[in-house]
Amino acid sequence: MTDWPKIRSVGVSGVLVTFAGAMSEPANRAALAFRAAVEAQDWPEVRETSTSLVSTYLEVDLAVTPLAAMTERLTNLLESRDWQSADLPPGRTLWHVPTVYGTDLAPQLEEAAAVAGVDVDAAVAEISASRVRVLTIGFAPGQPYMGELSKTWDIPRQQGLTKSVPAGALIIAIRQLIVFTNAAPTGWRHIGQTAFGTFLPKSERPFTLAPGDELTFPAISREEFDRIKSKDTSGLGGASREALS
Amino acid sequence: MSGHLTITHAGPALSLQDMGRSGYRAQGLTVGGAADRIALYEGAALLGQKPDLAVIEMAGSGGTFTADVDIRIALTGAQMVAKVEGEQIVWNASHLLPAGAKLEIGGARDGSYGYLHVGGGFDTPVVMDARSSHLAGGIGALLQTGERLALGVDKGRDVALTVPPLDRFGGGKVRLVASMQTDNFSAETIARFTKTVFRRDARANRMGVRMAFDGEGFATADQLSIVSEVVVPGDIQISGDGAPYVLMYECQTTGGYPRIGSVLPCDLPRVAQAQTGANLTFEFVEMDEAVALQNRYLAEIKALASKVAPLVRDPAAIRDLLGYQLISGAVSARTDPLKMEED
Repeated sequence: MTDWPKIRSVGVSGVLVTFAGAMSEPANRAALAFRAAVEAQDWPEVRETSTSLVSTYLEVDLAVTPLAAMTERLTNLLESRDWQSADLPPGRTLWHVPTVYGTDLAPQLEEAAAVAGVDVDAAVAEISASRVRVLTIGFAPGQPYMGELSKTWDIPRQQGLTKSVPAGALIIAIRQLIVFTNAAPTGWRHIGQTAFGTFLPKSERPFTLAPGDELTFPAISREEFDRIKSKDTSGLGGASREALS
Repeated sequence: MSGHLTITHAGPALSLQDMGRSGYRAQGLTVGGAADRIALYEGAALLGQKPDLAVIEMAGSGGTFTADVDIRIALTGAQMVAKVEGEQIVWNASHLLPAGAKLEIGGARDGSYGYLHVGGGFDTPVVMDARSSHLAGGIGALLQTGERLALGVDKGRDVALTVPPLDRFGGGKVRLVASMQTDNFSAETIARFTKTVFRRDARANRMGVRMAFDGEGFATADQLSIVSEVVVPGDIQISGDGAPYVLMYECQTTGGYPRIGSVLPCDLPRVAQAQTGANLTFEFVEMDEAVALQNRYLAEIKALASKVAPLVRDPAAIRDLLGYQLISGAVSARTDPLKMEED
């Protein structure tokens, strides 16, 4: 028996199934697939489920449902297959999000490229052609952590914090991208700017993305960005979508 | 009859709250809702209505309010001086607020969050299944002077009732269970943590409450390399400076700082209500005991309705006795207006 996956209680509020001790693509895939499998079980004790980078979380009132009972069921479900090679859950979406790289809108493109050891044109060419997956959503409502980029982009967070990057900022570190939901401080580098709203509380579909969705960030000019922004009424900043099967 | 309550002067941190929103954790939104859930149950018991109706949460101090129709109100949570038309009214009780009368609510005396409940609740727009503001998540905002809040339909009639508040004010002992990262801390660190008398820091809000202390911080050996993981309300996160933060209902969904343990939901109101400087200590309990404590708490919540009793007024303190609707048998010569009948 290996250390992973691990089943642990989270306070008296729930149970966490963790597939690895550090972020990896297979462990993230396992967490997403296992969450879908738990949802399919439709256990009445489970109030809601979610994923973090490498874990599936089940909210269960452990004062009502004994931990041992949940552990037994989860162990059986875990043993039913190899979750690291599981298919991703169905019903996912591929998004294309128009992005301005660099300019005054995203002032840390040059710095990020220098830390990664590539020139700016190569950086934009690679990132704008990369297809990334929503590994998890968190920190702010609807805010995606996306990856994994190539090893070139295994760059650390900057030492200090940027006081504030705006909503829609595309930021980078540790082979991942984030689009910020709200203006906030960050230690990640601001390389692109989108007008892509990830949390629209007053709309019928308040959360734009779900874990497992995939995205590309095609490069557009500053002029094109301004044009999209002035015309956009959806809050999605000119993004287009297609269903993934 | 429904109408509106106008905030003629808003204190610094008023917000509409309820039991929050479930089901959005996967998309990055925690449950939110009232910092002191017990207050919602007490207000519901006093007004004879459901505990999930929207109320005004008042952090630190209240404000002044006027309704355009006669309404029933209840006041719970941290005690604040409350007056109707200059006449002091009792906390932890329900009252009639006549149309046009001025309700003034002052600063908190023994806790952090006071609550103003109205009969029928507030009928403000529902956003994602709830009326509560999730300030950190960007849903709703602090209530402002001049805002006019629609009132729900009130089916109840009883006022001048009181309920003994469940014990949770002034700090004290807070029970927690080990959680997923407790083992990352050395036995020594855990022992020191449980022996330390913490003080509720001024740095506190609906997301989390910082614990001030003297001496060294409470870091783990691998503080900076922990993979970001699920956060639940009650988790005690050890931040970069080694200080514990008890995370509250408006916390983030995930976090990269290690958690030393998780406060039982039944003790979270005690953390919420501890006023700045109040002493708090933490005691680990086993899961079995946690389950028993949680169930005892739920039983106490259930029993609240049976503890509601007529408010006993001191006739000598009532300027215009005839102006009051007296409930038969509820008048006694007791001098303490906070005392209530036991039967």
